[in-house]
Amino acid sequence: MDAEKRASVYRPSPQDTIIEVTDMTFSRGSRKIFDGVSLRIPKGKVTAIMGPSGTGKTTLLKLIGGQLLPDSGEIRLEGQNIPGLSRRELFVVRERMGMLFQSGALFTDMNVFDNVAFPIRVHTQLPEDMIRDIVLMKLNAVGLRGAVKLMPSELSGGMARRVALARAIALDPDIVMYDEPFTGQDPIAMGVLVNLIKRLNEALGHSSIIVSHDIQETLSIADYIYLLSDGKVIAEGTPEELRQVESEKVRQFVEGLPDGPVPFHYPAPDYVEQLMSTGETR
Amino acid sequence: MIDRIQRLGHKTLSKLAAFGRSGQILLQSVVARPAPLMMLPLLIKQIYFVGVLSLVIIVVSGAFIGMVLGLQGYTILVDYGSEQAVGQMVALSLLRELAPVVTALLFAGRAGSALTAEIGLMKATEQLASLEMIGVDPLRRIIAPRLYAGFICMPLLSMIFAVVGIWGAAVVAIDWLGIYSGAYWANMQQSVDFWNDVVNGLIKAVVFGFVVTWIAVYQGYDCIPTSEGISQATTRTVVYSSLAVLGLDFILTALMFGDF
Repeated sequence: MDAEKRASVYRPSPQDTIIEVTDMTFSRGSRKIFDGVSLRIPKGKVTAIMGPSGTGKTTLLKLIGGQLLPDSGEIRLEGQNIPGLSRRELFVVRERMGMLFQSGALFTDMNVFDNVAFPIRVHTQLPEDMIRDIVLMKLNAVGLRGAVKLMPSELSGGMARRVALARAIALDPDIVMYDEPFTGQDPIAMGVLVNLIKRLNEALGHSSIIVSHDIQETLSIADYIYLLSDGKVIAEGTPEELRQVESEKVRQFVEGLPDGPVPFHYPAPDYVEQLMSTGETR
Repeated sequence: MIDRIQRLGHKTLSKLAAFGRSGQILLQSVVARPAPLMMLPLLIKQIYFVGVLSLVIIVVSGAFIGMVLGLQGYTILVDYGSEQAVGQMVALSLLRELAPVVTALLFAGRAGSALTAEIGLMKATEQLASLEMIGVDPLRRIIAPRLYAGFICMPLLSMIFAVVGIWGAAVVAIDWLGIYSGAYWANMQQSVDFWNDVVNGLIKAVVFGFVVTWIAVYQGYDCIPTSEGISQATTRTVVYSSLAVLGLDFILTALMFGDF
């Protein structure tokens, strides 16, 4: 994408939207996780959903994947309202989605090859030699063609995530969702993943949704960013726009300041008072 | 006081909800349209894990329980001069009660806890969620083969237990204590009725297998996906299964052998 286009104010338009979330609320127990969230995921771009831990970013992916149902509001995938689908229709829609879980979530009883081949075997009738070629191509794309015979327990965290990525794109989905792809990775693995996500997005033309709180990595590859906090979208825009937002909350997050509108301290009674008192603390 | 009633009500409601969920899981995985071709290799693998790998503990326990029965039976019966009846006593107690009940308890400890831990860990490592996202129903792919394997294996294991037990008692009674082998087997043959004893014992084993596997699978699928949650679920599987087996055993015995 050229600099000029980035600099101009970009907003996802209804025409190039693949997923549209409208006025969606979701609560867990008595805690409201989403309170009227509306957002658009543009087609063929890398969209990042960011926000502090516990703002329900992963929950949002599960809602889009239909694993959770919202209390109200709509989540439309090209016109189809996902919460309204039957269990069977949902499984059909999910063939168009690939998801990279935080832990990789590889099937521990299968080797790398069978893990990547799994979605292809389940959803297609392709002959085995063709499946082999596809799996090797996908593994080559993530640089792990040499690891076909390894079991998940023999992989490092970064490798497991790359295998999981190969599995997520095995069926060439329209949407690939990444749940905290950078968490717990060493700098090299992180760099590899950042590159892969961007490159695969450009090469395969799918729409990517990244849920993350790794600011620098995410800002470097995202085309559009939604910042969530307290169940609402508090800011949105291109990475450049987000860096210039004046709001204190956004500043704190983007610059990674320890204290600010999101306090460092969990709500507690007065420090000195509590130290001096003999009351129960446990 | 009000607080206590409220807590009791809350507890009852959550127990009822859990019961409902477990029924839902059972229905969706067992009654859901089966895909035999996909299911068969998975089922065979699970029968291996649940059944074949439980054989050692079942055979060893069966042999020892049979031997103890033979020894105890002999020391009591010899006072009345009717030690030949050891065969009858051993066969009836094993076929009617001990084989299904002890097998079910061992099965809950060996296979049930393993099922719960495995499914719970799959949940914790997001394998179940990723199956769903790939578009495969984990109830059909993961839960159903395990349920069926349990249903199939438990009665077989119970039969093996009974046979090994009778053989163990024979070793003690005939070879060590010197009971005439013709009397041992003939007494057994005369007193054991196929429908009344063998089939009724088998029905018990089928019921226990169903209940234990159901509890194990549900506890795994519904557990809180943390290390603490999985350990609690595994414990619950063993406790609930054992209690259910013992309680049901009384009910079934009353229905089968009670004289109403």
